[in-house]
Amino acid sequence: MEDDKNLVNETSLEEKEVQVVSEVDKDTPLDKNLKLMSPGRMVMRRFFRSKLSITGLVMLFSLFVFCWLGPVVYQRWGETESDRTGSIAYTEYEAEIDGEKFIQFVETDNGINSLAGPSSEHILGTDEQGMDIFTRLMYGGRLSLMISFLAVFLTSALGIIMGGIAGYYGGIVDNIIMRICDVLMCLPTLPLMLIIGTVLDANGVPSSYYIYLLMGLLSLFSWTGMARLVRGQILFLREQEYMVAAEAMGYSTSRKIFKHLIPNVLPQILVSMTLSLGSMILYESTLSYLNLGVRVPYASWGTMVQIISSRPDILQNNFNVWGPSGICIIIAVLGFNFVGDGLRDALDPKQRR
Amino acid sequence: MFKYIIKRILISILILVGVSFVLYALLRCMPTDFVEQKILNLYQAGATTSDEFIQQMYKTYGLDGTIIEGYFKWLGSALHLDFGKSFINQRPVLSEIFDKDRMGTSFFVAAVATVFEFLIAIPLGITAATHQYSLRDYIITILVLVGISLPSFFFGQVLKDIFANKLGWFPVSGMKTAGITYDNAWEAFTDYARHMFIPILTVVILSIGARMRMTRTNMLEVLNSDYIRTARAKGLSENRVIYKHAFRNTMIPLVTSLAGLIPSLFSGAMITETVFDLEGIGKYALNAMTQGDIPVIMTYNMFLAALSVMGILLSDLMYAVVDPRVKLA
Repeated sequence: MEDDKNLVNETSLEEKEVQVVSEVDKDTPLDKNLKLMSPGRMVMRRFFRSKLSITGLVMLFSLFVFCWLGPVVYQRWGETESDRTGSIAYTEYEAEIDGEKFIQFVETDNGINSLAGPSSEHILGTDEQGMDIFTRLMYGGRLSLMISFLAVFLTSALGIIMGGIAGYYGGIVDNIIMRICDVLMCLPTLPLMLIIGTVLDANGVPSSYYIYLLMGLLSLFSWTGMARLVRGQILFLREQEYMVAAEAMGYSTSRKIFKHLIPNVLPQILVSMTLSLGSMILYESTLSYLNLGVRVPYASWGTMVQIISSRPDILQNNFNVWGPSGICIIIAVLGFNFVGDGLRDALDPKQRR
Repeated sequence: MFKYIIKRILISILILVGVSFVLYALLRCMPTDFVEQKILNLYQAGATTSDEFIQQMYKTYGLDGTIIEGYFKWLGSALHLDFGKSFINQRPVLSEIFDKDRMGTSFFVAAVATVFEFLIAIPLGITAATHQYSLRDYIITILVLVGISLPSFFFGQVLKDIFANKLGWFPVSGMKTAGITYDNAWEAFTDYARHMFIPILTVVILSIGARMRMTRTNMLEVLNSDYIRTARAKGLSENRVIYKHAFRNTMIPLVTSLAGLIPSLFSGAMITETVFDLEGIGKYALNAMTQGDIPVIMTYNMFLAALSVMGILLSDLMYAVVDPRVKLA
């Protein structure tokens, strides 16, 4: 019963993949009136048919617009600018002097307008240093997104090169690279990041490019997953008939690699990159949360949540300080996961629908 | 088989040597005066013995020689199971890491969470696969993807804020109510369980996604295979097809992944333990790492690496045990 349904689906799909050219000319034979969809278009079609991947795209797109165009439009506050309008707070003490009771007010001038609630002045209020949260959310997003992109590109580039070399040349080269992979894979990621963070700290790296260096160093250790994927694919593809044909045609090595192998590995690479973008954002924010990533006064989404680890009162009373950035992290990671998932389904010919 | 295991164990030892070298080299990248400062900061007994102490630390960790020299010194003492003393409290690192209470807490959280993870994720994965592309599949997929996407520190804090601070159903942090004396074991247990509830909930929600996706993918693959078609053609009921024929084969990768979970059972959840203030191995290690307690960092990470090497080996072996088609060579 269920199988029948699948069968019907599949045949109707085959029909859909062939499009009839709009103006049917009766004189030309039938097959000239049909246009086959290219594999690329089929993938696009399958991708956009899934509501999840479109949702993911929309989420990511709006985040990018918010982070990159937001600061251009909303220039009221700067990233590290404190609101110095200040507020005067009173603390009440009860005092007893010579048997007489007093109520004592102590006036404290805060100097900065900290922990303000949402208002027209500050859309999402201010944090404990009087910096505008809405503005920091945008700048923080820029940094968080950019760092994860950089890290993923570096990691993937390393992984593709190493995996490609190992898979293509095989033999002793393959053996050496794979043993290095084994060693690196046994290093736990989060502890490793903490160690690198401490080492950078110890060497006094300035906080302005600290996080870039950290993520750069991290990619030296985290290319193994990508390398294994590429190597596995290339080992598989190398045995295919068309590669034998390419060999027989006497093509150059670079042509074989770039024209025949890479395009066939690309789908898997793309999926894995999209999914790792999400996890990189998580890592970056976790590091910042542990005070090993981006440092105050610079903003990143993780840094903005970090305050709650030392200030339980903010955790309880000022959701506007730490909530929005946490939600932004979730939206970004979820967006990448949705898109990655959709891409995987669209690119996998076995999972046709 | 026996030969295969021996070979794999030998390779594992080589891998561990490589891992330890990378770790040692990384830690040696800290400038020595920084290390000195750290030791001084951490060692709070007073300045009189500190010089001697630093020299001793230098010697134990081979910090006075080159990286290669120092590494072999470390390796030599590590082979005698001498991993040095913690900078923080001067106790031997091994007894610090394998502290019964610490390990117990982390193991308890991880083990209970893993059980619940499997109990929830597998049925979810199966229904999602049998109802592929239905509303049910979509809802389950979205929910577990949200679970994967949650940053642990944020989600833990939110749960803590809602359930402990706002609603007051569970204690805010720690592992037992302060200053309480228990009348009987049951009371002690319920108090412990109440403290562990939100941390375990956090871990379960965060980890359920991966397991569910895995079940779903496997189930889909199995459902498309020939013998399922045969089973249906024989006229078996759909329940029998799914729960008897398909389910057993779906279990193969899940069972083997069980062996891969060994590291996470003992390594402790760093962030979750810190957020909820549980005295587990994860919190301890995180603390050591941010403070630059080199002996602890080195030993803890070697311990994790050894566990993951073991996990990989065991899951390969399990694969051969569960699936008779797999031959080890």
